[in-house]
This record gives sequence, structure tokens and C-alpha cells, in this order.
Amino acid sequence: MKKIIMTGTLAALLTFGGLSVPALAGPVDVVVESAWSRASIGMNRPGAAYMTIRNTGDEPVTLIGLSTPLAMMPEIHETKTNAEGVSSMSAAGEIAIAPGESVALEPGGLHAMLMRLQQPMTEGETFPLTLLFVDGGEVTVEVPILGIAARGPED
Amino acid sequence: MALTEMDFRLTDHEGNEVGPETLIGRPTMAFFGFTYCPDVCPTTLSDISGWLDDLGDEAKQLNVVFITVDPERDTVEAMAEYVSYFHPAIRGWTGPEGQIARIADGFRAAYERVPTEGGDYTMNHTASVFLFGAAGRFVTMIDYHEPREFAVPKIRRALEEETEGAT
Repeated sequence: MKKIIMTGTLAALLTFGGLSVPALAGPVDVVVESAWSRASIGMNRPGAAYMTIRNTGDEPVTLIGLSTPLAMMPEIHETKTNAEGVSSMSAAGEIAIAPGESVALEPGGLHAMLMRLQQPMTEGETFPLTLLFVDGGEVTVEVPILGIAARGPED
Repeated sequence: MALTEMDFRLTDHEGNEVGPETLIGRPTMAFFGFTYCPDVCPTTLSDISGWLDDLGDEAKQLNVVFITVDPERDTVEAMAEYVSYFHPAIRGWTGPEGQIARIADGFRAAYERVPTEGGDYTMNHTASVFLFGAAGRFVTMIDYHEPREFAVPKIRRALEEETEGAT
């Protein structure tokens, strides 16, 4: 139920009419699972969204960014906790996913940081989040908004 | 440092003045964070809420406080709204910058303001949960990412410290 499969439009373009297009491998086999986010208090605070991004294809894919109508500045961030127990957050940069591998965006690690919210994140609603890949391919997933105190996609 | 050696004056989310004496007499679980924190803070407060649910009636003996390291944005009203989404036992504390520095120093908690794009800022901060016994003695910490099954026994240790302190 939480599994949303999106195939890139690039796949359709490549196969359409047997067109011979130079190797332009799109993220045609990316599966996004268990996407969820937490409701926000108003619009001033940044939101966060979590999911598992699985590369089911034969080629590596590289996630380079995000886009969503919900937030002006969505970025993949990573929380790190050092040996002294101090947590910090910074932009994660590009994320390469090898064929058959997956990357988990989960609390306390990688997350989609949704800065400059354009509207409050309301429990029970969803929002579209587009993952942008290095070759121009895109995958859009509908992310459910759970409660502020949610701990995972099943909450 | 024991709570009995600390000196700070803060305000809880209901506007009451609080200090070390608010905590002494009952075991304490405390966490530093800020309400503009999208990841670690709601996750930890959810974890704490889950531990309190697991403890059931035992949890009623505990002081549970969430102390902001971002008093500029985390007013009493902001703390009140934020803690209302989590377990009702969780109290939210804020106060003047200098007093936040004193409590953090007493707890040996670190925090730092970090500028972000567009003139905003975020806070780096100690994400461990601190546990003190009823007499105010530091017992242990629950580190971030520590498996949940370790947390509740640690909280029970802090609860038992109360009995030891009383004898």
C-alpha cells in the first residue's frame, strides 16, 4: 500500500518507436517505498520527509536534488552525531545508488529537508515530492503527512 | 555535575519559574533541542514519549524536560505548542540565553548556532538524553541511535537510584 512505483518518462521516450537515442540512462527503475513525513507547526519551521529509494535497474543512479510545490528549498540533508553526542545537519550532496541497492532516508540520518514551506504540512494530507537525477530523469512520489510525533511510516 | 550543584533560572511552558530545585526529589530525564529542528528533536521526543508509554505508571515518578538551546525563537508560547504534541509528562523549558548556557554547562551539553542559506540558522546540539536520580546525581545518558531496548532499562536504573538515595 505504501509502495509507489514510478517509472521515468525517459523510458517511454527511449523505447518509443524504436528511436535510437545515445546512451542516456534515466532512473527508469527507481522504486520509492515507505515515504512519510511529519506535520508542521505553521510554515516557519522546516519539515522533513523520509523514504527508501531503491535502484532496481542495471545502471547506477545519482540523486542530485529535490523539488516540490510544498517548499521553496527542498534539499537532502544528513544528520550526523559525533563521538561527543552532538548532532549536526548539513546538505548531503549527490547520492549515488548502485544497481540493486537502496538508500534509506530515515530519522537521524539522511532526510528530505523541506525549507521555506509554502503552506503548513497538515496531518492526513499528502504532497508530491520529485527526486531529480543526474541524467535529467525525475521520479515523483506522493508523500503522506503523519502526525508531529510519528516515528515511522506505519504510525 | 549533580543537579544540587547547578544554578540556573528558567521558565517552563506554562510560565512557571523553574530551577534545579524543580527537579530534585524525583528522578529526571532531560533532553536539549529546539523546536525548529526537523529531524533529531521530534524523533527523540517521540522516542521519549514511547519510553514513557512503555513505563506506564512508573513514568509518573519522573520529571521529563525538553530544554531549548534556541531561546531566541523558542518562546514560552512556542514551547507550549510544541510539547503539546508529545507525551503529556514532557515539560518545555526556555529562558534567557545566559541561563540556557548555565544549564547546558551544568549538564555538560554542547550547542552551537550555525548560519544556513538565506540568513536562517540551525543549532548543533547534544542529542543524548540525560538521566538523573531523585537526589540529583547524574546516572547515565541514552545516546541517540541507541536501541530502544536499552533505553527503558536505563530509565529504570534512574528510577531505582531514588530508592538507593532514600536508604
